[in-house]
Amino acid sequence: MSPLRGALRWDTAVGVLLVAVFVTGLGTTDGFASRDNLAFAFNDIAEVALMALPMTLLVVAGQVDLSVASMLGLSSALTGQLWDSGWAFETIVPVVLLVGVAGGLLNGWLVTKVGLPSLAVTIGTLALYRGLASVVLGSNAITDFPETYAKWAVDTTTIPGTFITYPMALFIVLAVVAAVVLHATGLGRSLFAIGAQEDAAYFAGIRVKRIKLLLFVVTGLVSAFAGVVFTLRYGSARADNGSGFEMLVIASVLLGGIDFDGGKGTLFGAVAGVLLIGILKNLLTLNDVANEVQVIVTGLLLVASVLTPRLISTVSEWRHRRAAAATPSS
Amino acid sequence: MFLRTSSRRRAAASVAAACALAVTLAGCGGTTKKDSSSDNGGDVKATDAKANPDAPLKKGLKLAFLPKQINNPYEKIVDDAGIEAAGEFGGKGKEVGPSDASASSQVSYINTLIQQRQDAILIAANDPNAVCGPLKQAMKKDIKVVAYDSDTAKECRQLFINQASSEEIGRSQVQHIAEQLDYKGEIAILSATQNATNQNTWIEFMKDELKKPKYKNMKLVKTAYGDDDDQKSFQETQGLLKAYPNLKGIISPTTVGIAAAARYISDSSYKGKVVINGLGTPNQMRKYVKDGTVEQFSLWDPKKLGYLGSYAAAALASGQITGAEGEKFKAGKLGEYTIGKDGEVILGPPTVFDKDNIDDFDF
Repeated sequence: MSPLRGALRWDTAVGVLLVAVFVTGLGTTDGFASRDNLAFAFNDIAEVALMALPMTLLVVAGQVDLSVASMLGLSSALTGQLWDSGWAFETIVPVVLLVGVAGGLLNGWLVTKVGLPSLAVTIGTLALYRGLASVVLGSNAITDFPETYAKWAVDTTTIPGTFITYPMALFIVLAVVAAVVLHATGLGRSLFAIGAQEDAAYFAGIRVKRIKLLLFVVTGLVSAFAGVVFTLRYGSARADNGSGFEMLVIASVLLGGIDFDGGKGTLFGAVAGVLLIGILKNLLTLNDVANEVQVIVTGLLLVASVLTPRLISTVSEWRHRRAAAATPSS
Repeated sequence: MFLRTSSRRRAAASVAAACALAVTLAGCGGTTKKDSSSDNGGDVKATDAKANPDAPLKKGLKLAFLPKQINNPYEKIVDDAGIEAAGEFGGKGKEVGPSDASASSQVSYINTLIQQRQDAILIAANDPNAVCGPLKQAMKKDIKVVAYDSDTAKECRQLFINQASSEEIGRSQVQHIAEQLDYKGEIAILSATQNATNQNTWIEFMKDELKKPKYKNMKLVKTAYGDDDDQKSFQETQGLLKAYPNLKGIISPTTVGIAAAARYISDSSYKGKVVINGLGTPNQMRKYVKDGTVEQFSLWDPKKLGYLGSYAAAALASGQITGAEGEKFKAGKLGEYTIGKDGEVILGPPTVFDKDNIDDFDF
């Protein structure tokens, strides 16, 4: 790959854009740079950011999980219901995480053993898990969560001296783990191989089904955990918590330059994508930009993120061919 | 490739680890609902500031209206009237808000308003508790918080401007439809979202009213939820009429719901057979009142609600009142209001609109 094409890589571009937006914010928007605001802005996307990590791995492997936000809702509803019926919070969390694992297993089983496409399966479980959440909690909202735990999730508690909240700190740690797994291990290489050519990966001896199953389980687990974080952060467990987040998660991943067809992308891109969406939303809101316009901006960015890499490769291919035609074959 | 041999073992190990964790943690006893005190970060409402009823309204106050969702036509009217009222006392109002009415979406706006150092936030809460933390932060930074239309938990705001007493709204809707139906037949309710604070309170009062002996021949068969979404409300209406062929009336205590229900009925064979009543705006309902689909509906005047909210917020921000029971303040042309229990200020009784008076209103 030529240095020029390397510099034009979309994930790098998103990283640069993120820095540019951040600097613009510092320079133009009153209140943006305050510790409170930065803590809030980052904490506000904590759950989406957490779920974007396993989603990146899934999309790299050519899969997708649309049920993440519903699992978040189910986890939130279950946390609320169990808390309300007098369970200890320390018991609730592992139980809810196990439910996340079970949900992930169901997704993974339907994809790998039954052989259904992940998009179709998880559209189904998107409805299923959200439905179960409503069954668990109905129209109630449970709100009296213990301060001992809630304080770790809110944006007013930060690591002393910084604007990093604890959910964000957790995200940073998990992002490093995910980056190492994706880019520095055999498992990571297997994910790219599966995403690029599933059959070829299979014949190369990669345990395709097992890896996919594992990915769905991890995604379910992280989504359930995000549900606990969300519940504590808002202090409100409801069946409709996080509805629509699946689109934000997938948008972040795509914006970060992960190829929806699988096999291409970096974890850095996904992290830059999710932070860009968060910062942009915060900045536009601070400048009183109407919500409709914000949605349009996000939409345009997404289209650009899908279109630009295609354009770049088309142009360079065309250049390549012209160069090849110009030099007489030897 | 190393996965080939170890992935099964590893999967088993991780499940085992999770279980072990669960058991260990469960064994520790732990924090349950019973141990958690009611301490939720302290009550910031009771500020030590004394009310000075003679303080003049400050000039240049910045008021921000945060509706349930930005494209809700009803709340737009309230907010516009509030913004206009702010102009009367030399203040500056604006409306910001999310495009969906979910519980958490208002939170980022509250944070933004804190950063922008507004003098007061007027909020119609989507969830009484999800907005609590940020609103308490706002009050700590001396930003006044006034809830309107849909209340927050009462320790998270200084005042709640109630459009009318919930009891009066709930009961009067049953009374109205009962008169129209001659006190007999099956009725249904088409509400907003399942969690909408105000709708749920009204529905409780409707149910209570229906328990009275004079309604013994009336039966509430179903409460449907249209989520304050036009299309969903339309479909729910259709569903209700299909599921309950003997349905004689629908009460829709939400402007989106009643308009969608009336639109469905007006083009169907149910027109003239099924009574629609509830809360609607004259502009949205005019057509259906004129074509006979709807005989009457009611609502308070949302313009007055916004107007009162604006003046109440200004009175708070100027130190005339602190939100304590019994304090009085002047709300421009609406006259004097007294703060009731739990910081509630009641606007007044709802207005009934029918074909005789609907043309007197334009909102």
